[in-house]
Amino acid sequence: MSILSKSRICPETGLFFDDQAEKLIKWNAVTGVVFLLVGGAFGVLMALTRWTEVHILPADWFYLLLTAHGLDALIVWIIFFEMAVLYLASSTLLKVRLAAPKWAWLGYWLMLIGAVITNVMVLEGDSSVMFTSYPPMKAHPLFYLGIIIFAVGALIGTFCFFGTLVLAKEQKTYEGSLPLVTFGALTAAIIAVFTIASGAIILVPTLLWSLGYIAHIDPLMYKTIWWAMGHSSQQINVSAHVSIWYLIAAIIFGAKPLSEKVSRMAFLFYIFFLQLASAHHLLVEPGLSSEWKIFNTSYAMYLAVLGSMIHGLTVPGSIEAAQRKKGFNKGLFEWLRRAPWGNPVFSGMFMSLVMFGFLGGITGVIMGTEQINIIMHNTLYVPGHFHATVVAGTTLTFMAISYFLVPVLFRRELWLPGLAKWQPYIYGLGVAGISVFMMAAGTLGVSRRHWDNNFADATLGFDYPAAAHMFLALNGLSGLLAGLGGASFCIIMVGTILWGKKKGDVAATEPAPAPEPAVHQAGSAGSIAVPGTFVLALIFLGSFILYYYVNWKYLSEVWLLS
Amino acid sequence: MAIHPPETKIWWKEPVHSIEIWWVLIALVWSLIMFVMMPYWHVYGEQNLSNEAYRVDPEYFGEKVEDMVKKYTIREEGDTGIPVVAPPVGSDVFLLARLWEWYPILELKKGEKYRLHLSSMDWMHGFSLQPTNINLSIHPGYDFVVTITPTESGKFSIICNEYCGIGHHTMAGRMYVTDK
Repeated sequence: MSILSKSRICPETGLFFDDQAEKLIKWNAVTGVVFLLVGGAFGVLMALTRWTEVHILPADWFYLLLTAHGLDALIVWIIFFEMAVLYLASSTLLKVRLAAPKWAWLGYWLMLIGAVITNVMVLEGDSSVMFTSYPPMKAHPLFYLGIIIFAVGALIGTFCFFGTLVLAKEQKTYEGSLPLVTFGALTAAIIAVFTIASGAIILVPTLLWSLGYIAHIDPLMYKTIWWAMGHSSQQINVSAHVSIWYLIAAIIFGAKPLSEKVSRMAFLFYIFFLQLASAHHLLVEPGLSSEWKIFNTSYAMYLAVLGSMIHGLTVPGSIEAAQRKKGFNKGLFEWLRRAPWGNPVFSGMFMSLVMFGFLGGITGVIMGTEQINIIMHNTLYVPGHFHATVVAGTTLTFMAISYFLVPVLFRRELWLPGLAKWQPYIYGLGVAGISVFMMAAGTLGVSRRHWDNNFADATLGFDYPAAAHMFLALNGLSGLLAGLGGASFCIIMVGTILWGKKKGDVAATEPAPAPEPAVHQAGSAGSIAVPGTFVLALIFLGSFILYYYVNWKYLSEVWLLS
Repeated sequence: MAIHPPETKIWWKEPVHSIEIWWVLIALVWSLIMFVMMPYWHVYGEQNLSNEAYRVDPEYFGEKVEDMVKKYTIREEGDTGIPVVAPPVGSDVFLLARLWEWYPILELKKGEKYRLHLSSMDWMHGFSLQPTNINLSIHPGYDFVVTITPTESGKFSIICNEYCGIGHHTMAGRMYVTDK
């Protein structure tokens, strides 16, 4: 393997960029942002339609754009950006050229073609089936074909990532084990293979069914296997954004993981258990036993949740250790107070960490409890929860790392740095509002994927409590705020690429000195104690326990079921 | 740093700080408590779904519903023509979902048990009893049997909360619960 490839060392950050990998990172990330813009704009329209007094879209457009919003914001934007993350975590961090770049480009184009086909089908109006597309409701065959083509492209990209790891090992571009961030990306890639395989198992027959070659698709079978793709794809996101949390802690603070062993074990729990979560969507389904539901919904005794709780300590813990090493030692929280809150890379990442844990993580576990799901299934609580995990967790993290990556990749300074400073707060507050108010409305029984919360056209009408309409109005306002934050992000990114002040030529080959690592051993026994983080973790646990039992109390008040 | 390979090659033998060990143990115990809560509730809780479900032909299910409606209709709901059915306490009660209605309207007695059968005639639907907030998934071809005991009386609505096409938001049914 002695193919010569062009590469450069970034003069500011010392990062290695293979020419092909760099181009692919740029194209995947920018394409992702375009779909975020489209999907995000549709999302604002959703929030405004749910706002009872505003109710901006007619019913057919609401269901049509809700389908497109789910596809573009949850799948297309995130997977494109994850391809960029995979290439960065392999080629750049291991200082090796990208394996099979032509295949990686093929993957990119397949993803783009697939995404465009499915979007066109949805926007033409005959595939308003929600992105879950539960049969027997049928979409246009090209709707399924587009998703399949997109998935094949993503699979090719994932294998280019695996190939790059092999290449790095072969060429000995690093010594010992993979860096933790690359290990996390590997976790994401392994889950991606499982996810895409599940998608193929169910979507290929569904495509044939929509073409008339197969007579019947069992709806329960479809739902069970579809969610092995649908939920696992969100576990790719979790693994990817947790890896980026470690990455940002490293580049901003020079933070080292507290202990490699504990952090890697947490990722290993993800690989073993995170894929069982299809069951989260099947807790009030007929025909599946309670034993099956309990084992799977709890990721085999909550071991994947344990993994996330570990990252919840070790990510901020590594920052605390690095900050204390620098002398921010006063009291429990000086390390946090003196963090660079004006730097969007840090503020975005830290808000994402807090909101993913407190709003997304706790509610996800509670909603995924077999019996508690009875009072939450398919209510607005569900989108409330996953906007905290996917938008506050993944999207906000990807935005944060973009503030670092885009200037480095395009050799330009950030455009509108003043706005960039505020953007994570505007977006974060908006998303927190969306999440909390949808969950509040869901607790009062308001249905998800529902155009008319007044039931004006129903023969047998129904009124939600007045508080529900108030929460929906607050959700609309939060949607506007998040829309403002999201638009600011897209403007800053596009502006940086087009009009950002150019940095000097890429002449330097000597890497800039890497920041001094906070701790030198791989273990954490000899390192600085992190009492502040431990207190934060205990506050998290206290909230978790309290809210968990509050929901058992709610459940105990509904009619008796057996 | 997390972007470099571990500085010690044999990183898995390095000792771990006690704060990390404590947190892993605390989190593990909490995970196990949450795991045990679900089987515990099956034994001591009163809100559990049965594991009883059957494959059913939609036409056959429709006939069972019609039989019940013929036998136990007590009135019609206003001028809608929808029958209100009061089946005997403890009996098998049938409720069907179809584009875009719940049929028929049931009238149950507070504090009494009923074996409620739920199924769909066409697409997937979501049974969402409001304001009580009980939510169940209804599939075509599956007879979902839930033993249900109303604990309050009054007028309740059944909303469809699984998207089922353009008329989805008009799909609302009703249920009455009377005091004994």
